[in-house]
Amino acid sequence: MPRPGFVLEVDRSTPPTLMWHGEGFRLERLPVGSRVIYAPEPLDALDDPDGAIRDALANPLGDSAPLAALLRPGMRLTIAFDDISLPLPPMQAPDVRQRVIEAVLDAAASAGVDDVVLIAALALHRRMTEPELRHALGDGVYDAFAPHGLLRQHDAEDPSNLVHLGLTDLGEDVEINKRAAESDLLVYVNINLVAMDGGHKSVATGLASYKSLRHHHNVRTMQQSRSFMDQHRSELHSANWRMGRLIAASGVKVFQIETTLNTETFPSAFSFLQKREWEWNARDRASFLAVSKTLDRTPPRLARSIFQSIKSPYGLTSVQAGEVEAVHEVTTANVHRQQLVAVSGQTDVLTMGLPFICPYNVNSVMNPILVACLGLGYFFNLYRGKPPVREGGVLIMSHPTPWEFHPVHHPSYIDFFEQVLSSTTDPVEIEAKWEESFATDPWYIHLYRTTYAYHGVHPFYMWYWCAHALQHLGGVIIVGGDARAVRRLGFKPASTLRDALEMASDVVGPDPSITHLHNPPIFLSDVT
Amino acid sequence: MKALVFERSIPRIAAARLAGNIAPGLGSRWGALRLIDTDEPTPPAEGWQRVRPLLSGICGSDLSTVDGHASAWFEPIVSFPFTPGHEVVGVTNDDVRVVVEPVLGCAARGITPPCAPCAGGNLGRCERIAFGHLSPGLQTGYCADTGGGWGAVLVAHDSQLHAVPDELSDDAAVMIEPTACAIHGALAAGDVSGAVVVILGAGTLGLCTLAALSRLSLPGTVIIGAKYPEQRAFASELGATIVVEPNEIRRAVRRTTHSLVIGDRLTGGADVVIDCVGSADSLADALAVVRPRGKIVMVGMPGEVSIDLTPLWQREIQLVGAYAYGTEGQRRTFDLAMELVHDAGLGRLVSARYPLDRYVDAIEHAATAGRRGGVKVVFDQRRALKGRQRDTSARSTTAAG
Repeated sequence: MPRPGFVLEVDRSTPPTLMWHGEGFRLERLPVGSRVIYAPEPLDALDDPDGAIRDALANPLGDSAPLAALLRPGMRLTIAFDDISLPLPPMQAPDVRQRVIEAVLDAAASAGVDDVVLIAALALHRRMTEPELRHALGDGVYDAFAPHGLLRQHDAEDPSNLVHLGLTDLGEDVEINKRAAESDLLVYVNINLVAMDGGHKSVATGLASYKSLRHHHNVRTMQQSRSFMDQHRSELHSANWRMGRLIAASGVKVFQIETTLNTETFPSAFSFLQKREWEWNARDRASFLAVSKTLDRTPPRLARSIFQSIKSPYGLTSVQAGEVEAVHEVTTANVHRQQLVAVSGQTDVLTMGLPFICPYNVNSVMNPILVACLGLGYFFNLYRGKPPVREGGVLIMSHPTPWEFHPVHHPSYIDFFEQVLSSTTDPVEIEAKWEESFATDPWYIHLYRTTYAYHGVHPFYMWYWCAHALQHLGGVIIVGGDARAVRRLGFKPASTLRDALEMASDVVGPDPSITHLHNPPIFLSDVT
Repeated sequence: MKALVFERSIPRIAAARLAGNIAPGLGSRWGALRLIDTDEPTPPAEGWQRVRPLLSGICGSDLSTVDGHASAWFEPIVSFPFTPGHEVVGVTNDDVRVVVEPVLGCAARGITPPCAPCAGGNLGRCERIAFGHLSPGLQTGYCADTGGGWGAVLVAHDSQLHAVPDELSDDAAVMIEPTACAIHGALAAGDVSGAVVVILGAGTLGLCTLAALSRLSLPGTVIIGAKYPEQRAFASELGATIVVEPNEIRRAVRRTTHSLVIGDRLTGGADVVIDCVGSADSLADALAVVRPRGKIVMVGMPGEVSIDLTPLWQREIQLVGAYAYGTEGQRRTFDLAMELVHDAGLGRLVSARYPLDRYVDAIEHAATAGRRGGVKVVFDQRRALKGRQRDTSARSTTAAG
C-alpha cells in the first residue's frame, strides 16, 4: 500500500534534503523548524493496461456510446493526441498514447473505417521530430500513417486547415483544426500528468489557433486562476470549458480518452531521487555519490544529453473514455488520488529545486524563461486552496539558469529575453506592448510551420504563466544561477541557500517560516 | 608654452601602431606624440586670434592618429608637427569664451573668392584645404601653423569662432563640435520620419547622433547597439526605442522589421543605418541589417577596411559619408549643435578630465572609456590657465612697480 504524502518538520536529526539543480542535485540542510512536503508514493500500476483501455472504450462515461458503436464504414475519423510536452520525462516504451491509439485503430479497422488521420495536438508548440513521433506512437502506427500523409501535426498558422466555429458567450473566438472539426468523430488521446491537463482544454487548446488561444493564454486569465491546477478556481479552465461546449454545440463529436500515470518518474539508477532521505539505504547512497561525482566531471552539454535520454517507468493507473466532462471528472479524481498532499497553513519562504526538464524543453535547452515558468508557473501553481507561500512571501528556486537557448526550438525566446525582458518584466506591460508584434512576425510563423520552432508568441505565454506568482510574491531568488540571466528575469541571484534565506529575511522579516517542496515526484499541495 | 605635439616620425608611428594593437591608447606611451615646451603659434594674418583652450576633447580620430592607425589618405592634407585637439572650448585675449569650428576652409586660408562649397557654407567639403596662407591641414588640430586644443594656446580665424552662451557650461561647450558632427550625420540620413534607423556604436558620436535624430528628425524606431551599462542608460535617456548589446543588433533589426532570414542574412532590414564606429566589423553589420535600397551613413571615420561589397551592389544600398559640418538648410550646424547640447544636456557625457601632463592616462582612458563607464574624456587646462594668469598678473605688477 503506497504511503500518502506528508509534511515533515525538520529537526536536528533530519538528514540534508536533496534538491534538484538542473542537470544535477544539491544536498541542503534546511534550518530546524522548516517544513518539507513529500509527495505520496507511486500508486500501483494497472496489471493489464491494454485490457483497461479496451474496457474503457467499451464502457464509456457520460452521455456517450461505446467507441465501437460510433464507428462505421465511410466515416471520417480523426485521432488527436497530446504532443511531446507530455509526460515528463518521456515514458518508457510503449508510450500510453501508442497503447490507446492501437486500441482505437483496432476498433476502427473492425468497423471498416478507412479514412483515418492522426494529428499531434501541438497548439503553438514545436513540431515533433520523427523519432519523437515514433516513440509516442510506436513504429507500427508511424509506418502505417506517416508515409501516406495521414500522420499530421496541427498547424495553428495554416488558414486553409482551420475553421472558425463561432464566438462563446463572452465573445471568445473558437477556431480549431478543420480536419478535426469536420470529422464524423474526433478521438482525443490524453496523458493527464497534472490536474490542468485534459477536459475541454484538449481540443480547445491543443487544436486551436492563436486567434482562439489568445482569449485564455493571457495575463488576466492567469492572474484570475488560483490556481490553474484547481479547475474550480481556474479562469483558464472556465475559458476552455466555454469553448469546449461551443465546439460540442457546433456538432463536433468528441470521444475523449484520458489516462493517468503514477509518479514512478525515474529508472532504478535514480531511485534515490524519489525516496525520503532518511530512508536511503547503502545502494541509494552509493547511487547518489556515483551520479553526483560523475556529473561533477561531466560537461554540461553531455550532462544534458544524459538526462534528456532518461525514459520514465511510469505506470498507467487509470483510463477513462467517453463524454469530455464526465471523463475529466473521474480523471481529476485519479490525479488527486496520486498527487494530493494536505498542507496546513502558508509559509513565509517557499523553496524548491528545479529539474532539468519542463514541458517545453524535451530534447532541448532549459533556457532562463523556461526556468522561470517551471518555478513560478508550474510548481508555484501546484496547489489547491491557497498557495503554500503567503502573499508577499519569497520563493527560492535552485537551478543553474544558464544564459543559453536552443536556436532552433526557441528562436523567439532569444529575442524575448534580449529585447523584452531587458525593457520590463511586468507581464501586463509586456502583453500590451510586445505580444502582437511577436505573434504576427512572419519569420517566427515561418519557423513554427516549417522547422521545429515554438511559435513566436510562446515565450509570452511562459511569462504569463508566471503572472499569478509575480503578483503574489514579495521576491524571487535563484540559488546557483547565472547572475546576469537571473537579474534579467527580474529575480535576485544567490550563491547558496543560506545566502538566499538571508536575503529573503530582508523581505519577510527575521526567522521566517520555511517550507520546501520536495520533488520528484510532483504533487499537488492542498493548502488549508 | 606646453603642448602635445605629433611628429612625422615613421619609427615612432610604427611603434605606436604596434603598441595600439596591443591595447587601445597605448600608442601614447611609445608613439609620435610628445609633451614639449614650444613657441606659441603665430596668427598668420589679420582676422586671427589667440585662443587659450579650457577643455579639449579626445575623439576617435585623435585616438586613431595616436595609435598610428590613421589612414594614408590624410598625408597630403595635414602638416607636421601638429598639436592635436579640434574639440575645443577656450577663451580669446578679450576673455570671450568661444568654441572653435575647426575646419580650415577658404576664409581661414585667405582664399578669395572661396570655393563653391565654402561659398555655400559647407566648410566640411572645402576644396582648398591644402592651399592659401596656411600649411595643409583639414582642421585645427591637424595643421602645423595653428596649434590645437592639446596645447596651451592655438590661433583661430574669426570665422572659426563661436561665442558660447553663459548658460552653457564648459563641459557642455566642449561637446558642441562632436555634436555638430553628429547632427550632420543624422541629417545626412535624409527624411527618416517613421523609419527604422539603426545606430551602430554608443560612444560620443553614437549618443550625440541619437540625440540629434530624436530631436531633429522623427524616426519611427531607433535601435542602438550599446556595449556597456552606462552607454545603455544614456541611450535610453536620449531617445532610443530599442537598446541592445552590439551582438544583438541583427536579431533586433530582424524582429523590428519582421524580416525573414536566409542563412545569416536578413531579407529586409532597417531603412537607414548610421555607423558611428567606422570599422570593418561595423560596416559589415551595417550592410547586414540595412534593407534593400536602404542607406548607410558613415559618421565614424572608417580608415582602411576590407569588406565584401556584394550586398551593396545586389541590394542597391547607398553608402554615404558624413564628415564634419557646415550648413544644414539655412542654419549653421554649430548653431544647431549649441541648441542640441543645451536641450539634451549633452554636457553630462563628459566623464573625465585630465591635465596635459597626464596625457598618457588621458588617452588610455579615452580609448577604454566605455569599459570604464565613461563617454567623453577631455584635457582640462583651466587650472594651468589660472596659474598663468596669476603669473602674468604678478609680472605686470612687478613691471609696473
